[in-house]
Amino acid sequence: MHTVRYEAPGTIAGALDIMASAPGAMVLAGGTDLLVQYQSGLKRPAVFLDVKRIPEMMAIVVDADGATIGAAAPAAVICADRTLQAWYPGLVEGVHLIGSTQIQGRGSIGGNLCNGSPAADSVCALIADRAVARIAGPTGTREVPVEAFMRGPGRTALAPGELLVAVRLPKPAPHTADAYQRLIPRSEMDIAVASCGVSLTFDATGTCTAARVAIGAVAPTPLLVLDAAAALVGTTVDPEALDRAAAAASAAAHPIDDRRGTAAYRRTVVGVLTKRVAALAAARAKER
Amino acid sequence: MSAPTFTAVGTRPIRHDGVDKVTGRANYGADLSLPGMLYGVVVRSPHTHARIVSIDTSAAAKVPGVKGIVTGKDVPLIDAKLGMGEGALDLKDLSDNALARSKALYHGHAVAAIAATSLAAAHEAAALVRVEYEILEPVLTVDRAMESGAPILHDTMTTQARPPIEQSGPTNVAGRMELRRGDIEQGFRDADVIVEHVFRTPTSHQGYIEPHACVARVNEDGRISIWTSTQGPFLVRDATAMMLGLDAANVKVTPSEIGGGFGGKIPVYLEPLAVLLARMTQRPVKMVMTRDEVFRATGPTSATKIRMKMGAKRDGTIVAASASLYYEAGAYRGSPSGAGAMCAFAPYRIPNFFIEAYDVVVNKPKVAAYRAPGSPMAALATESLIDEIATQLGLDKVEIRLKNAVQEGDLAPYGPPYGRIGFREVLEQVRNSDHWKSAVKPGVGRGLACGFWFNAGMSSSATVTLGADGSAAVVTGNPDIGGTRAAQALMVAEELGVPVERVRPSVADTDTAGYTDLTAGSRTCYATGMAVVEASRDVREQLRGRAAKIWGVPIEETRWEHGRVEPVNPSADRQPLTVAEIAAKLSKTGGPIIGRAAVNPPMAGPAFAAHICDLEVDRETGCSRVVRYTAVQDVGKAVHPSYVEGQMQGGASQGIGWALNEEYVYNASGVMENAGFLDYRMPVASDLPMIDTILVEVPTPGHPYGVRGVGEVPIVPPLAAVANAMADATGIRFTELPLSPPRVLARLLEEAPAAVGAGA
Ligand SMILES: Cc1cc2nc3c(=O)[nH]c(=O)nc-3n(C[C@H](O)[C@H](O)[C@H](O)COP(=O)(O)OP(=O)(O)OC[C@H]3O[C@@H](n4cnc5c(N)ncnc54)[C@H](O)[C@@H]3O)c2cc1C
Repeated sequence: MHTVRYEAPGTIAGALDIMASAPGAMVLAGGTDLLVQYQSGLKRPAVFLDVKRIPEMMAIVVDADGATIGAAAPAAVICADRTLQAWYPGLVEGVHLIGSTQIQGRGSIGGNLCNGSPAADSVCALIADRAVARIAGPTGTREVPVEAFMRGPGRTALAPGELLVAVRLPKPAPHTADAYQRLIPRSEMDIAVASCGVSLTFDATGTCTAARVAIGAVAPTPLLVLDAAAALVGTTVDPEALDRAAAAASAAAHPIDDRRGTAAYRRTVVGVLTKRVAALAAARAKER
Repeated sequence: MSAPTFTAVGTRPIRHDGVDKVTGRANYGADLSLPGMLYGVVVRSPHTHARIVSIDTSAAAKVPGVKGIVTGKDVPLIDAKLGMGEGALDLKDLSDNALARSKALYHGHAVAAIAATSLAAAHEAAALVRVEYEILEPVLTVDRAMESGAPILHDTMTTQARPPIEQSGPTNVAGRMELRRGDIEQGFRDADVIVEHVFRTPTSHQGYIEPHACVARVNEDGRISIWTSTQGPFLVRDATAMMLGLDAANVKVTPSEIGGGFGGKIPVYLEPLAVLLARMTQRPVKMVMTRDEVFRATGPTSATKIRMKMGAKRDGTIVAASASLYYEAGAYRGSPSGAGAMCAFAPYRIPNFFIEAYDVVVNKPKVAAYRAPGSPMAALATESLIDEIATQLGLDKVEIRLKNAVQEGDLAPYGPPYGRIGFREVLEQVRNSDHWKSAVKPGVGRGLACGFWFNAGMSSSATVTLGADGSAAVVTGNPDIGGTRAAQALMVAEELGVPVERVRPSVADTDTAGYTDLTAGSRTCYATGMAVVEASRDVREQLRGRAAKIWGVPIEETRWEHGRVEPVNPSADRQPLTVAEIAAKLSKTGGPIIGRAAVNPPMAGPAFAAHICDLEVDRETGCSRVVRYTAVQDVGKAVHPSYVEGQMQGGASQGIGWALNEEYVYNASGVMENAGFLDYRMPVASDLPMIDTILVEVPTPGHPYGVRGVGEVPIVPPLAAVANAMADATGIRFTELPLSPPRVLARLLEEAPAAVGAGA
């Protein structure tokens, strides 16, 4: 009969040792994806490698240049952090959409990323905010931009034996703000049919100088849409610019038909979301 | 009849089972564990339509911990029907559905069951059961099922038809019936306006939160105990016994608390398997379905296709209507198409109509009852057409319904004249409501729709016992789904003048309670309630006898008045006696008092409802949201108004979910792709506004308090109320449910591409 071991090391090195010696080990952060998949028979780990006793994976550290969010830090802790709320309201918005109060007590950004869902709610804002994934492995540590971290449904840039330790976000420049929205048929407890995260920076005259637009649930991974950003840079983010950004997002999307929505529908509404989210980010940035 | 005045009935005490339920103490189907118990799991067909060539359980049997395996061969072949008042249950079908014999008729159809010492061992063994299938083409729609040359599900099936039809070989059409009145051709010739559409509704599930669960134990002497979550313990007893060739006298069924049923906990699925396994292993066997199994193998209600046509005069008088109803039965006969036909035109006085209803088998789970079975889909068609006629003629949506509404003495489309009914009163309350009179906000559409349901009578029993402390207990055999314990306690309190908190209502097992039919058909508060009232009055009569004894007078010189026994001729030594005073002397006046009653009343007066829905539509995304909703209903008499309102709100919520997002999503080979609450999108609490309720009380004659059934009719109007609101908001008539964002946006883009901004 199938048996599972449970391990809870206190250090990254300890975790990497277990991963090296037990190839069937699976990282257990909040478990809000993993345990569900385990119970339904989708995943059969040999070891549950609980990383919640590793301090740097649970910590949120803010310094002069930005913020480092431990991969296993619970959503509820992220959402309650004053600095994160002020610097990355869009990211907090996205994290706050994950599940319910109960799920937020456990679920993490690391789990959201490593589960590899194109609809994961924290990822578009992370991409828009220029976040970088910090990875530890048997041969040392490396960094990967979040837009390059997801490789396909359930697949990530992590090599066997590697662990996501944290995500690092640069401190937003002046007159910068982000925003995130998803479209679901219900009001909560649902998975994004399409989603969008945007970060915009303006100069003192109100012209957009930098833009990042990421869209989710409309391709095998969340996408950074450079054309949509280009449509906004150099403009005041006026209605015509928004329409061009929306069209670029729709054009970049290559969704599928599934039980959650049709491809045509997703392609259309990701444009609508892009327009709305960019307008929201612009309004926020202009208040700063 | 002068309106009776009440003291307890109509108040809102906290339900007696409430604390146990909110603290988690209440025991539901899966909560029971017995010493030595085994865990049973079901092996299910991975194919939608397949002949079972062979089943090899030898590898599974070798898994350590496995104690017993059963397949279709272990179930006796029977040919019996179990009468159930509203329709007979075909036990051959029920048994074949519980464990397939020769054919798997839907994806998820049970083909074997395994009991083992742990759930893990049972699952491991289940994966090792080798079933050889000959895969057949699945039949997934009524259109395909009725085509000539379509694969036939049952080689022996003929059409049960009223009036009879000519049969030509095996068919997927299990049934056909028709109703007619007047001259339909002339009716349409007389009409100034005629509207016609084809409506479709998807397969949808009752969505009860508690999955099916039971424990069975077989004693050495052959006595069998079943603990299960069910709407009908007596039905479980009788059906299980008949399916397995057992004497029902040896079977005792104890109902657990029930976490929702809505009709879906009437059929037996697991119980016969658990009994077979328990008998084989001589150990108790527990079986609990997963959510996935609940979706794939229980419930749902019919997907439907309805073609309907309606004609009216310029003043809104409906002069003719015709309809063809095609309801999917799932794998075995028994869709509620007949009920749909009887309900479709029931609220309106239509001089000329023709309606035909087909019951069609397809390769999907066998449908089960779902709140007013068959009526909501029919009402979608009727109420959409009336809405459209009113729009075309520029008539008020309430007035056109009032103009055609049935009232006492009008003939129901299925035959008899209506007795005292409250449809007009309901519509008048709509007209006077704040909601109807309020302005519609921009971006919002408002819809109105009505609904009809019969309300069952059937058999019920009750006993009421009086304690020496003046408290009382009431026992029935009806699982409490909607607050019936509290209602029954209120009835005892009303009749005996005992405070409701001192009445203990309970639901007993089949050995303890007198026979009672299902908790279904909106009948429990009505029929079982009648038994409770009569049993309480039996106690009252006995109390008069005891008072007579105390006073030394004949019983005729006592009377029940003001909640106590009073002497007809008062005197100094004959002061009125309260129940508590008489109860204190029980042992000296003849011993305990037990009141009893068994009743078999006719159908309660039918119920009518009208719902108003305000729907906000996002024209860029097709997303919509109910922003205001009011349910108006003739409830006869609300015994516990909070629970009546709860029934209305619950029915409305389920109907809104059905209208907006709920549907079985099938792939091309008939496999359901959204068998979980994540993707089978029932509304969550934050999706809905507070559902406002307006209770109209037009008493049912023949019931001591005038109670009508209230639990089912509130799911009838919402499908159409939402669709009519969508039509008002968008100018587009949607005839296919659900009104999910992709469907709505596709039509919006088709009809008015310019109005929708952005996007590709
Ligand atoms: C009821 C419910 C509602 C939900 N709603 C949403 C929602 O609205 N939006 C949404 O995006 N998600 C939702 N989810 C999914 C889930 O909650 C999120 O994806 C959450 O962020 C996962 O985090 P976790 O810490 O629980 O991950 P876990 O389940 O612990 O891990 C997920 C996967 O990532 C791997 N992993 C975790 N951490 C690491 C690491 N540091 N390094 C390497 N691999 C790692 C695990 O091995 C596992 O494969 C929902 C889940 C449930 C049960």
